[in-house]
This record gives sequence, C-alpha cells and structure tokens, in this order.
Amino acid sequence: MYILKLLLRNAFRHKLRTALTILSITIAILAFGLLRTFIGAWYAGVKASSANRLITRNAISLIFPLPLSYKDKIRQIDAVRRISYGNWFAGIYKDEKNFFANYAIEAKNYMALYPEFVLPPDQKEAFLRDRKGCVAGRKLVERYHWRIGDIVVLKSAVFPGNWEFVLRGIYHGRDESTDERVFFFHWDYLNEALKKTAPRRADQVGWYIVEVTDPNRAAEVAQAIDKTFKNSLAETLTETEKAFFLSFISMADAIIVAIQLVSFVVIIIIIAVAANTMAMTARERIGEYAIFKTLGFRGWRIAGMIIGESLLITMIGCLIGIALTPPAAKEFSKIVGTYFPTFRVEIETIYIDIGASILVGLCAAIIPTWRALKIRIADGLRRIG
Amino acid sequence: MENQTPIVEIKHVNKSYRRGTHIIPVLENITLDIAEGEFLALMGPSGSGKSTLLNLIAALDQVDNGIIRVGGIDITVLSETELAAWRSVNVGFIFQFYNLIPVLTAFENVELPLLLTGLSRRERHEHVELALQVVNLASRMDHYPGQLSGGEQQRVAIARAIVTDPTILVADEPTGDLDRVSAEEILGLMDQLNRDSHKTIIMVTHDPRAAKKAHTIRYLDKGVLNNVHSQAAP
Repeated sequence: MYILKLLLRNAFRHKLRTALTILSITIAILAFGLLRTFIGAWYAGVKASSANRLITRNAISLIFPLPLSYKDKIRQIDAVRRISYGNWFAGIYKDEKNFFANYAIEAKNYMALYPEFVLPPDQKEAFLRDRKGCVAGRKLVERYHWRIGDIVVLKSAVFPGNWEFVLRGIYHGRDESTDERVFFFHWDYLNEALKKTAPRRADQVGWYIVEVTDPNRAAEVAQAIDKTFKNSLAETLTETEKAFFLSFISMADAIIVAIQLVSFVVIIIIIAVAANTMAMTARERIGEYAIFKTLGFRGWRIAGMIIGESLLITMIGCLIGIALTPPAAKEFSKIVGTYFPTFRVEIETIYIDIGASILVGLCAAIIPTWRALKIRIADGLRRIG
Repeated sequence: MENQTPIVEIKHVNKSYRRGTHIIPVLENITLDIAEGEFLALMGPSGSGKSTLLNLIAALDQVDNGIIRVGGIDITVLSETELAAWRSVNVGFIFQFYNLIPVLTAFENVELPLLLTGLSRRERHEHVELALQVVNLASRMDHYPGQLSGGEQQRVAIARAIVTDPTILVADEPTGDLDRVSAEEILGLMDQLNRDSHKTIIMVTHDPRAAKKAHTIRYLDKGVLNNVHSQAAP
C-alpha cells in the first residue's frame, strides 16, 4: 500500500508532463487499436468462411464465367452434398457512392449453404416465390430505410439497364462476423433477361459454391472438380472458401503489410515517448534513489519503484486508449462501413494493446533503472542541494 | 572516553578518487577509534576528506585499503547487498539538505526505513510517532517537507535517522543549511540524543559552534587526520 501510494505520487509529481505522456500513450494505443481493427476487418471474410464450402471459378480469372452446365457434373462428384452458384452484379443504387455488394444467386440452395444468413421463414418463402424478389441484410435496409415490399432499382455496369427488385426479406447475421450489408436476388431473373438482351452471356455463372459432406475431404473434392473440367474450354479452379477470400486479400498484401508496419512503428514511438519521460524522471530523482540506497533499500526495490511508475503511467494511457477504441471504431465504421461490413474491435486487439503497453512500460524503464542502480551513493547524494 | 570500547575502529584506511588518468588521494593512512556513546566532530577545510571519511564509516563508499569495523563487523569485506542490509540496521543519517522525499509526509518519511524491517503496520506507526515526539514534531506529521521550515525538515530527518534505533548516527553538516536559531535547536536535539539515549554521533561540520557540542574534535587536512581535541561535555 505504502509503495503503491509512493508510485502514484511520484507518477503525478509533474502533472503536466505525466498528463502529456498519458495523452501520447492514449493516442498511440487508440491508433494501434484502430489499425489492428482495420486489419481484422480486412480478414473478416476469411473468419466468416466455412470449412465445408468450396468455391469453383474459372481457372483463368474470376471475371471469366463458367457454363451453367457444370452444375450437374459437379453435383455428381462423390462427397458433394449441395451446390449453388452466383454472379457478381455490380449494381449501383441511385448513386455510385451507395456501394454495397449485390449478387445474383440460385436462391434455394444458396440459403441452405449459408445458414449464417438468417431469414424468417415467411420472408424466405416470399422471396423464393417471387422471381423479382430480393433479400437484403439488416444494416443495408437500415441504411436506406427500406421496408418489405419496397421496389429497389439497381443500375448495373456489368449488366446494362435499370433492374427492379421487390424487397421480400431482411436477413440478419447469425454470427458477429456475418456481413449484414449484402443484397441478393434471383439468378434466374438475371439470366432470363440476358437471354433476351444478350443471349451469349446467358447460362453463365460467376462461380459455384459447393458444399462437401466432410470438410476433411475438401481437398479431394476440389481436385476431383478441377480434374473433371481439365482441358475443357473453361477450366476450373476450386479452393476452400477461406483460400478464396485469402486470394482476394493477397491482392492487397502490400497495403496490409504497410498497415501492420505502421502499427508497430506506433508502438516504437510510444516506447520513445515513455522512455523520454522516465529518463527525465530518473535523472531528476537520482539523488532520491541515492537516499533510498543510503537507507538500505536494495537494487530490486529501487528497480521496482522505477518500473512500477513506468508501468503505472503506460497502463493508465493504455486503459484510456482501450476504452476509447470501440467508440472510435464505431465512428470509423460509419466512414468505411461500406467496404468493411464488420469493423469490430476484437478481444485479441485489446490483449495486444495491454501486452504492448506492458512492453512499453518495461522498455521505457530499462535505462533509468540501470542508471539508478549504477549510481554510487556518494555521487547521487552530491547531486542534492 | 578513552576507556570505553570503540564502536568504530578505523585502521590504516586509504581512499583516492580517479579523475581521468589522475589518481587523487583523499584520505591517507587514517587510523581512528570512536568510543560507544561518543559525540565526535570532524572538522577541516573543504576538500580535506571529512565527508569521504564519514561516507566510509557509514558504508556509503568503499575504502581502497585498510579496515573499518563498526560494532565489531568489518564492513570493508561486505558485499553491496550485505552493506545495504547493514546500513538499514546500524546507521542513522542526517544530511545538510535533509534529503527527505518530497512526495511523502513527515510521518511517511520517518516510516521509510522501517519498511525494511519485519515490523507490522501498527508497530511501525508506534515507532514513527515516538520518533516524531522525540524531535517534537508530532503535531506536524501529516505535513509534506515543502510545508515545513528548514529546521523542521531537519528534525524530521533526525526522526528518520533514529527511528530504527541504529548503532551510530552520522551527520554531514547538519546545520549547514539552517539559520542560527534552527541550528541551535538541531544541535540541542543531537546533544540530547547523545546524552539521554547514548547515541554515538559522528558529525562533519565547518561550524565551530556546532563542533562545540561534540566531546571530541578531530581535524582533517589534506586527507591526514591531525590532533585530538577533547572538550568537556557541556
């Protein structure tokens, strides 16, 4: 209790200096937390992926379609339980700034393949019945104030024209990582229109989603699918959903590495800030440390006082920073929410914040502690007066 | 005094400092016995080695060669850790600039050395209150050093020095930063501790008035201990 009291009083002996140091640490922890959350948001799709879902796409590139006829062949492969397919629609709602993901899907199997999109049974039925029907996530609906039965018009750059949909269902995510800003409609609706306007583009799908009976057989099934279409006009590349998302993320690898580097630079900066404060503190108090030594305090007790004070200051900054990160992330998600459907501060980020702060506190105290322990009592006492 | 058992025995002690490539001798072949219950004043011009000798006796510095025994223990052979433990039990320190911890109250400053003992909180508090009563500062125990006068701060320092009931008290210019009235009070207090509690006191001073309180005055000049000047206890 006595030592804790001493630590507290010492830490706030220079109130302005300590307050500024705490502020610096708070801002750094906040920045670090947001950067980590940003990286986490980038990987949200990977986290939400399922081990028993495979994605089959054109081996050349995702922008090249696959024939609809592949569906039955894939369905016949051993260990395939279910198959669905979809197309990226690239629809724009009113204005280009209103970006959200929108897909044409084979709805019946798709709904079964993605149980994390939870849709009330009556809405599901209404959606399946209506060829022009669509389903949107809860957050998307809230953003545009849509209601069931509303007509939603999308303009697509990939499939020219204005496309009208009737909102038949609003899904919510089963898991926190489930994206609630996606818009789905029937692939058949798109395909029928294409048959009339662009017949060469009809009966083509962007990708297949394949559910396997056993996740352990995913690799085997993927190989079997790709083997089936080897040397065909549209060879396939089949991979797990996780690998599929990771291949997307790998396109932005350099950016993520840069953000990770910046987040660690932030830690190095706060080490420098805290170390500077502790170095000034120790230099000013070298005489006091000599007094403690004179009275018989051993090195480990003096080291404990310096390290304790350093940890106290960094942990106060850290805790304030941690407390501010979720509200800051919430505000940040309003800006980037369109691109990152889940922008949530992970518990791991908080653990890393705490770990980094402890590291900062310890690193900042190394040189001051070493100096305090090395100083000869007689030399230290000479500095007083 | 001569017949009493020496509590401090100093035999052929040498001490020098290195400044760059130069070795500067500070103390040369010092031999001195200090009897238990003695009040010794060390005098001499600046740079004569008084404070260095005091630091050696109090185990704040180490000899180049020679022996220093305090209470029969040769402190020149003890390790840093052993010396720290030894100081906490055997030596009470009084400095010119009081050397109190500014963020601790008078009470907490006096309690500081007791943290190294196995005393309970209640026992520590009893000891602190008693020490503060001895220096007549019980009423100001909750004040911080910055709220006390120089004389009061030095009395707190004395309370801190005596709270562990050490074997010897070492005082380095205890009145050097005080006005005349406060200096008289402090010297009176030290004299009282010597007479009533039989504390052995070794005091470095420039002040002849302070030295008058001592039983014995030893002069140091250029690192050499000169004549003994005994005076009757006042």
